[in-house]
Amino acid sequence: MKDFPKKNIVILGNGISGITAARHLRKRTDRPITIISEEHPYFFSRTALMYVYMGHMPFEATQPYENDFWKKNNLNCIQARVKNINGRKKYLEFKNGETMSFDVLIIASGSKPNQLSCPGNDLNGVHGMYHKQDLDRLESLSHSIKSAVIVGGGLIGIELAEMLHSRGKKVTLIVRENSFWNRVLPDAESKMINSHIEAHGIRLLLETELKAIIPSEQGGVKEVITNKGEVIPCEYIGSTIGVSPNVDFLKDSGIALGRGVLVNSFLETNLPDIYAIGDCAEQTQPQKNRRPIEAVWYTGKIMGETLANTLCGKRKEYLPNHWFNSAKFFDIEYQTYGRVEADPDPKEQKQFYWQHQNKNQLLRLSYHPETEILQGVNVMGIRMRHKIFEQWLDQNKTLEEVVDRLQEAYFDPEFSKNPIAKIKADFAIIKQ
Amino acid sequence: MVNKKSLSQNTALLLGFLGLLLWSSSFWIEYQNKTLMLSIGFLMMSIGVIGYSYSLYFTSLAGIRNNGVWFSSLVSRSIWGWLLGLVLTGFYVLLYFYPEFLGYNEAGKSSGLVAFFDPLSVLLNGKPATQWFLYGTVYTLAIILFGIKFIFKYRNNRYQVFRTISVIFFQLGFAFLIPEILSKLNQDLPYFSKDLKNMWPLNYYFFEDWHFNNMLNGGNLGLFILIFGLLMMFVISPILTYFFGKRWYCSWVCGCGGLAETAGDPFRQLSSKKISVWKFERWMIHVVLVFIFITTIAVIWTYLGSETSGETLTRKYFANVIIGFLILLILVILVWGRKELNKDAVNTIISIATILIFVIIWQSKWNQENLMFVDSYSLRKWYGFGVGAAFSGVLGVGFYPILGSRVWCRFGCPMAAILGLQQRLLSRFRITTNGGQCISCGNCSSYCEMGIDVRSYAQNEENIVRSSCVGCGICATVCPRGVLKLENVSSKNRY
Ligand SMILES: Cc1cc2nc3c(=O)[nH]c(=O)nc-3n(C[C@H](O)[C@H](O)[C@H](O)COP(=O)(O)OP(=O)(O)OC[C@H]3O[C@@H](n4cnc5c(N)ncnc54)[C@H](O)[C@@H]3O)c2cc1C
Ligand code: SF4
Ligand code: SF4
Repeated sequence: MKDFPKKNIVILGNGISGITAARHLRKRTDRPITIISEEHPYFFSRTALMYVYMGHMPFEATQPYENDFWKKNNLNCIQARVKNINGRKKYLEFKNGETMSFDVLIIASGSKPNQLSCPGNDLNGVHGMYHKQDLDRLESLSHSIKSAVIVGGGLIGIELAEMLHSRGKKVTLIVRENSFWNRVLPDAESKMINSHIEAHGIRLLLETELKAIIPSEQGGVKEVITNKGEVIPCEYIGSTIGVSPNVDFLKDSGIALGRGVLVNSFLETNLPDIYAIGDCAEQTQPQKNRRPIEAVWYTGKIMGETLANTLCGKRKEYLPNHWFNSAKFFDIEYQTYGRVEADPDPKEQKQFYWQHQNKNQLLRLSYHPETEILQGVNVMGIRMRHKIFEQWLDQNKTLEEVVDRLQEAYFDPEFSKNPIAKIKADFAIIKQ
Repeated sequence: MVNKKSLSQNTALLLGFLGLLLWSSSFWIEYQNKTLMLSIGFLMMSIGVIGYSYSLYFTSLAGIRNNGVWFSSLVSRSIWGWLLGLVLTGFYVLLYFYPEFLGYNEAGKSSGLVAFFDPLSVLLNGKPATQWFLYGTVYTLAIILFGIKFIFKYRNNRYQVFRTISVIFFQLGFAFLIPEILSKLNQDLPYFSKDLKNMWPLNYYFFEDWHFNNMLNGGNLGLFILIFGLLMMFVISPILTYFFGKRWYCSWVCGCGGLAETAGDPFRQLSSKKISVWKFERWMIHVVLVFIFITTIAVIWTYLGSETSGETLTRKYFANVIIGFLILLILVILVWGRKELNKDAVNTIISIATILIFVIIWQSKWNQENLMFVDSYSLRKWYGFGVGAAFSGVLGVGFYPILGSRVWCRFGCPMAAILGLQQRLLSRFRITTNGGQCISCGNCSSYCEMGIDVRSYAQNEENIVRSSCVGCGICATVCPRGVLKLENVSSKNRY
């Protein structure tokens, strides 16, 4: 067992949340910090894996810091798998049997892709897209893939579709719902994406589920059968039906688990000196309008920074403020600030919505039915300023004022065709 | 690994190559009807490049299509890239140092490749072609054809489209057609640069005495060029840079930038983003700045000592002006630079300026012939060699496939260095970061031709205010989360 003279901090996971914590800790303390991950010795951006497969970037370009950054900042990076944790006796157990003690432990183990439940789900050629190893596996299979089936209508599913499509594979995207990602996107947004997916030559099967996967003679996949009886030949199946916190290895740790590692708003677990941040953390008392698990990039970043403050003596609560997010569906950029319901309760939320006649541009403002106070915005194909919308949400601006001042938030590149005049004109008509 | 090229793409590529081959064949074959051959080659290359680009980009919807860039040997520093680099470098070496191999004959009639361009040259400027005419033609054609390719590629982004139309316009009109036609109309005048947009210090011979005298003896046109050149340097350029950043020049007007943005675009991702290279860049830029400063005052110093200069402006007076300027510079840096620049930069600038002041005071006292103890002629020669040949041509373009498309602009260009200094200190231009939306994916950094690690700012929610940024806007174009925007707003709170 390794021992450290000063109180040492161990961070389990070198994703965005673990790394943000490490960087902010290092700015304020010289305590020994060890970062452990089985995936890769150094931090890389998971969100960029798709661009590596598409040939936009070499893998090294996904690493925001040069390799000697860690040594220079005295951050000890270890590539190894942690098998178990003893939360009361404060040590980790590695896969190879070695152990390491800690004074403070930060769990930032991220997510893992959910498994398909139909027969054949364990065949070679059925894979998720989360870790670098998933990418490596896809790359090694790639030359033999002619057709691919992707299951799951979410953000990672559509990215995987774009990846395979860019390499000339025939892609079928299977979605259980009756429109793409419509648990989150309102109807018009979702429909816009449906037709955009098809415009790219992807076959989109809505209200469809996978019934079985038929193996090939070589132990790979041969074809899939849908619940509608259709047989689709394919050599690769992307399983992108969501992610869940990667916490199985913590079963016997003594750390309280729900779906993820349970933490209070100070990111503390049930055991002293053990914290959890990022995708793997589940808030026991989430803020109003926020969910207990939010598996996105920036929440991990905010949690990492918040916790670093706490550990350096400035106890801070995790307060993420207004929800925001962004994505890109093939060529359509999507940004959202605040709360825009896919299917709002008319007593809680009303929406003003504008769509360009023939371009993929859309804006939706949600507001309270009585007070008309802004609740959120969705934009497709238009860029909007984060800071301005955050201010407007903070200051309880009304719908009318927001439409009136929309230009202040407009963030499209110079010389773009500005849709705001049209939006305002349409708004004036509706108002009457 | 790369998606296979379609039949139409291959046909277009073949046609383009045959056109190039036809032109190149004049190296060995003396064609009877040069006009015809020149036109056929031109048509084949144009149809080739435009046809190829069309079938490459219009077979899919508009969007970012960098698919397979890092799998392509030509643009990922693999064997084809190295070969292309070798060919380009070879061409520049011939052009600058052995033009006779291209058929150029200083004493009499040229032959070969150079003479092949005679019909066009006679048409435009009334004289047979030189190696520089050959180069200018090929250069302009490359900007036009690959500019069209670039416009196809980025047709969903009007900033990119407008900017490219602008560089094509300035290259074709201001750098190529107008100067040629002006010299046809003014055959009897001595030579001086007629490219209005090519100002000092990029036009490194502007202040040399032969050029100065030629302008003075160049009638109305010469006088106009002289006055316009001075206005451009001291008034127009600083004002435009204040309002728009150095991009108004570097990626909307400049010919070197124009080639980098069009023909060089496929290589933009090869610029190094390493911190060590950034350090080298800063060091290099300071050297370039000091060098142009010394060269320029040395040239003027020598000029003032010669008979032609008359008595109005004496060396003493000139020395005082320069010393005044340096003191002003120190004051500005002390007051302003403190919060805007890092400590190293402030110390470097101040110590260099101080040394210069002492040297100039000491020398003007003795009215020495050679300012800074160096012979201004040899200084100029080296400067001309460095700026004009070695760097901008051989290294700058020849190494596109190895070091990326803007090596020259980043490490060597004196114009970029000066505009950059101003952009950093006194300009409204910045790249704004959109709150917390950055996902650190690295597309912006990867495609920044100047090797700026854009992501390192964006992920910390900082704006990007860098002297080297040429404002090409590609980082903002490729960002999949709409995080970046090029803006000219107030020069306060830029960061
Ligand atoms: C393809 C893809 C695209 C995405 N795009 C976006 C996007 O556009 N916007 C957005 O907001 N979010 C996006 N996300 C989600 C985002 O990437 C995650 O929310 C974020 O990476 C979570 O960071 P983290 O630090 O919590 O965990 P992770 O990044 O998952 O890091 C956890 C690390 O811990 C390691 N680890 C776990 N358990 C162990 C163990 N027992 N022993 C050793 N090491 C272990 C893992 O190997 C991993 O390296 C995307 C995710 C994927 C997969
Ligand atoms: S920072 Fe952006 S705009 Fe500036 S040079 Fe780099 S890519 Fe172009
Ligand atoms: S491309 Fe955009 S999202 Fe990606 S690192 Fe750059 S600024 Fe961030």
